[in-house]
Amino acid sequence: MSFLDRNLDILPIGVSIDPTGPRERAIITHGHSDHARSGHDAVLATADTIAIMKARYGEDCAGSFQTLDFGVPLMIGEVEVTLFPAGHILGSAQVRLRYRGETIVVTGDYKRLPDATAPPFELVPCDILVTEATFGLPVFQHPRPQDEIGRLLKSVADEPQRSHLVGAYALGKAQRVMRLLRDAGYDRPIYLHGAMVELTRLYEARGIAVGETRLAIEASKAELAGAIVIGPPSALKDRWSRRLADPVLSVASGWMSVKQRARQSGVELPLVISDHADWNELRQTIAETGAREVWVTHGREDALVYWCEQQGLAATPLNIVGFEECEEE
Amino acid sequence: MKRFAQLLELLALTPSRNRKLEALVTYFRETPDPDRGFALAILTGALTFKNVKPAVLREVVTREVDPYLFGLSYDYVGDLGETIALIWPHHGQQEELPRLADLVELLETTSKSKLPELIASLLTRAAINERWALVKLTTGALRIGLSARLAKTALAEMSGKPVQEIEEIWHGLAIPYAELFAWLEDRGPRPDIAHEVRFHPMMLSNPIDEAVDLGKLDPAEFSAEWKWDGIRVQLVLGNGPASLFSRTGDEIAAAFPDLVENVFGEAVLDGELLVGENFEPAPFNDLQQRLNRKIASARHLADYPAFMRVYDMLFDGHEDIRPLPWSERRQRLEAWMARHPQTRLDLSQVLPFSDWEELAELRRRGAAEHGHEGVMVKLKSSPYVPGRPKGLWYKWKRDPNVVDAVLMYAQRGHGKRSSFYSDYTFGVWKGNELVPIGKAYFGFTDQELRQLDNWVRNHTVNSFGPVREVEKQLVFEVAFDSAQVSGRHKSGVALRFPRISRIRWDKPASEAGTLEEMQVFLEAT
Repeated sequence: MSFLDRNLDILPIGVSIDPTGPRERAIITHGHSDHARSGHDAVLATADTIAIMKARYGEDCAGSFQTLDFGVPLMIGEVEVTLFPAGHILGSAQVRLRYRGETIVVTGDYKRLPDATAPPFELVPCDILVTEATFGLPVFQHPRPQDEIGRLLKSVADEPQRSHLVGAYALGKAQRVMRLLRDAGYDRPIYLHGAMVELTRLYEARGIAVGETRLAIEASKAELAGAIVIGPPSALKDRWSRRLADPVLSVASGWMSVKQRARQSGVELPLVISDHADWNELRQTIAETGAREVWVTHGREDALVYWCEQQGLAATPLNIVGFEECEEE
Repeated sequence: MKRFAQLLELLALTPSRNRKLEALVTYFRETPDPDRGFALAILTGALTFKNVKPAVLREVVTREVDPYLFGLSYDYVGDLGETIALIWPHHGQQEELPRLADLVELLETTSKSKLPELIASLLTRAAINERWALVKLTTGALRIGLSARLAKTALAEMSGKPVQEIEEIWHGLAIPYAELFAWLEDRGPRPDIAHEVRFHPMMLSNPIDEAVDLGKLDPAEFSAEWKWDGIRVQLVLGNGPASLFSRTGDEIAAAFPDLVENVFGEAVLDGELLVGENFEPAPFNDLQQRLNRKIASARHLADYPAFMRVYDMLFDGHEDIRPLPWSERRQRLEAWMARHPQTRLDLSQVLPFSDWEELAELRRRGAAEHGHEGVMVKLKSSPYVPGRPKGLWYKWKRDPNVVDAVLMYAQRGHGKRSSFYSDYTFGVWKGNELVPIGKAYFGFTDQELRQLDNWVRNHTVNSFGPVREVEKQLVFEVAFDSAQVSGRHKSGVALRFPRISRIRWDKPASEAGTLEEMQVFLEAT
């Protein structure tokens, strides 16, 4: 038995990590809605994550907020809490807990591929690793994001009369796609669905430049022909998209590697751009942390648990209720 | 190979038929021989590698990947080829894969024992999207929703030649179709293929609209026959072995040796393939036993002997009589049959009638007393026109209402059917798109259920939970009591008591019913 239980409650101090319902005290790894929920009495998180929570749920979405910078240990009772970058989205953190000689790391959602919109993942050695497994199957081997953006730009060049509508989650993925486009030299205005605007402004205010953006709803059909438009995946087939010129439907997501899945959702240009670790990164991370025990949560636990056991590591699936398959990654 | 991989991906992901066509045209224009010919063969399912079986691929991959992890992955992805492409753990320096022609040669000539090694090295060399295409082409199971017809249409569009002319010679051509492309690009003559392997695209009928058409048409100008309950075929007789084509131009002679080996003369005949003794047609179900088989078993030959009920003649000897009016072709046909009495061919009788009421009565009695599907009504002065010209041939089906609909989704049933895909959602065409009009889960025998279940499993393009989306290829004749306007279905039509009256294994999906045709039923109620 460890000082962290299977619901990610830190027993000696009564603090929960990413709790699925309101708690007195919560540590929040990052701002996605299946991790950050409103209604906690006290929240501990990075400054970026707190800003994101306030932007999404309102200033008073928790009783009080406490900022903790990366790499700065904080003693809560007898437990030492330190946050490290997870590389998932802006502000995303892994949580390292130390108590009576035992070290546990909760990765939250993470990735190791470079991302200019989030500080890079840091490897944190530990005894017990609580890892996500969103893409915990060997079929998930993410390609380089710049290659995927190259495919988008090629399609834009090949189909100059059509709009390219890229479905991307409003927090994190959208800004990363914009940043990738800019880094690939794309300097035309990028058009946004209204749902993207506030979080994009927040990213910009916190130092992530995404170049010129415009509101798609204010642009004429002619202006949108040949343009890249970013909207939430749910808006891809909305009435909203009718203003676009014969759009190429695209979605930027790790799920898009499965072509059948892309076809199923009518996606013509699937972009495999993921904010989660793929199978190879998951295994690499488990091995490199030196953890003797691995808890697996968030996704396809079976395969990763099996793999750990093959390596002689103790491994358990957590099956936390309330964490749905993370479609929003 | 890179170019072909891109084409396959585009074909798989682009919903628009026009864009698929455009991509095919561009590919055929820009790709040199013989690569494009091999591509065409792969796309139309004409090229398969006899030694590359799914089991070989599975073996290749489970040498490199833990079988348990492979199993979990396969369950998740749902498609063997795609699972292999995604899971392959080795990534080389991505050297260029061989060009298509060389790849085909490698796969055809490599010995069985060396194949796993070859496939493994190709997988390692390929980039991710090429890997997917590579697995698809080696197994021959493309499942990208592309019909051979679309590929032929692209050739027609690329060259400006009528698609019928391409279909006509299709079966006489050899991979990689260099002669065909030379002709299409006006660099050579039309490939001169033997008359015996030439398919002549068929003339098709339109449904009669009782309210509109009967008032306008003069019964004296039309002839009528029973609408036979078999499958439409074309028999090509000449010096060599006879050819038997289905309505899509597929050569099915091998499955009906009892017919093709027992006919003689020189002609191209159009008619209905039926089974039964002494020209007594057995129910369609019996014929069904013999369809979908490449080769007939001895038992089937004995139990369900095939014959052809002839109703038209396209060539009399070597003479093309398609431009002649139906009445003259009919005389030629009757004379030819008299000169060549046959044990496996008989004539479809012309039904006497003097007005539409009389024919309606015949049709009613034919359905009630003999189970006839309805009557065919043909303009006596009409030449034989390939395709579905308006105003020349009509089909006047019996009641109840039936529509030919395309299977779109299948869902696992309940209880003793829980392991079978037994609930079927089907749709009709609305322009280029299929829209669902209903769902049925009865009307077929247990044996047909097993066949359908098998078909669904082999033609799945997507699975979500208990539901599978299938390739849009299989046509059901769906009977229903009435049709109503519905806000619930995308099609705006809901059927009352739909049941599957027949599985049309022979009918191409493109010839299924349309939403427009459904309007007739809506107005009738």
